[in-house]
Amino acid sequence: MVTLNNLSVARGGRRLIQGLNLTIGAGRAVILHGPNGSGKTSLLRTIAGLQLPAEGQVEVDEDSLIFAGHLDAIKAQLTVHENLEFWQSIYGSNPALIARALTAFNLENLSERAAASLSAGQKRRLGLARLIVADRAVWILDEPTVSLDTASIALFDAALATHLAQGGVAMIATHVALDQKATILDMQDFVATAQTEFDPFLEGSAL
Amino acid sequence: MRALLLRDIKLAMRAGGGFGLALAFFLVLVVLVPFGLGSEPAQLASVAPGILWIGALLACLLSLDRLFQLDYEDGALDHLALAPIPLTGVVLAKATAHWLTTALPLIIVAPFLGALLNLPNEGYFWLVVSLIVGSPSLSVIGAFGAALCVGLKRGSLLLSLLVLPLYVPTLIFGMEIVRRGISGQETSAPLALLTAISLGCLAILPFAAAQALRANLR
Repeated sequence: MVTLNNLSVARGGRRLIQGLNLTIGAGRAVILHGPNGSGKTSLLRTIAGLQLPAEGQVEVDEDSLIFAGHLDAIKAQLTVHENLEFWQSIYGSNPALIARALTAFNLENLSERAAASLSAGQKRRLGLARLIVADRAVWILDEPTVSLDTASIALFDAALATHLAQGGVAMIATHVALDQKATILDMQDFVATAQTEFDPFLEGSAL
Repeated sequence: MRALLLRDIKLAMRAGGGFGLALAFFLVLVVLVPFGLGSEPAQLASVAPGILWIGALLACLLSLDRLFQLDYEDGALDHLALAPIPLTGVVLAKATAHWLTTALPLIIVAPFLGALLNLPNEGYFWLVVSLIVGSPSLSVIGAFGAALCVGLKRGSLLLSLLVLPLYVPTLIFGMEIVRRGISGQETSAPLALLTAISLGCLAILPFAAAQALRANLR
């Protein structure tokens, strides 16, 4: 469902990753490992289509993809339920998924609370609940478990397992051991050796 | 798109959304004018259309920097860029929300503030007409400027510098409608031109703004 052909990723004029070939089929998860600054976020943003590849292609159906980054995209003035309702109507998915998402991330008791009053971990759970509400096949997740406690990580693990069992695909950058059968992709193997400098102004200008 | 429009209106109305801020600014600005220019009724009447138009324009500018910046800061803009609605639709929905929560209240209070400035009787109708026809271009041009400045630190100052010159044609023809209306002249020419400006902005700028957003998200 996701195919990367000879992909190179650059950030701020410097090439970070090169020569990445990868195919992810239905029901599979890929976990990215690598030290800070090794290009995990840039790679995920490139796959999501928020950034253009420096070289190579990403083959993925854009309408099947959802990205969750470091930020949770939560509006503090809205309640938990209103936040999810908004994303449900943006993605045009089944409204029944809101209730399922609330249950999956144990947010039912908080559903009428203003998002401003949530703790960091609760906000993150709300951010992840969006994945279920959006009902998309390809999850691109950047550090999804940050600020989650052990119980919440287990909730996330269970949601991920359900997603994969339904034939979904996930690509996750994380430092936490997840209880899933996943292909590990070590970023060290794709570190760019050719230190081509790009002009940051022209970066991504090849439309 | 409807969901985004409704959410933006809801956010503007809730605490901290900034609804009423532009309105209060407009009010204070207009009230300050007699202190600066003297309270001679004839003198006020001659500057009233200009003050009201410039006041509305500056008040519109106040809430523009939040248009995309808040969604950029909390990551929602990334998700909207990837969502099934086109980014042009996102821009249009946000510009419409801005018009409904900022420009429309300004249009409604403008006649009352006109009374404070001793606006001649013939002017009220044309003031409201010119604001209704011209204000959509203020919101759309503003959305384009906000899209260019999204992600910049202290972008709001740059935004004002970019957007204010682009507001000049709207201001010229908006003013001209009121001026001609007051002196009993034909107003159809400036009215047609102002309509053309608004429609032209609506047709072109959402696409330009969407491209600017895409470039800024990279």
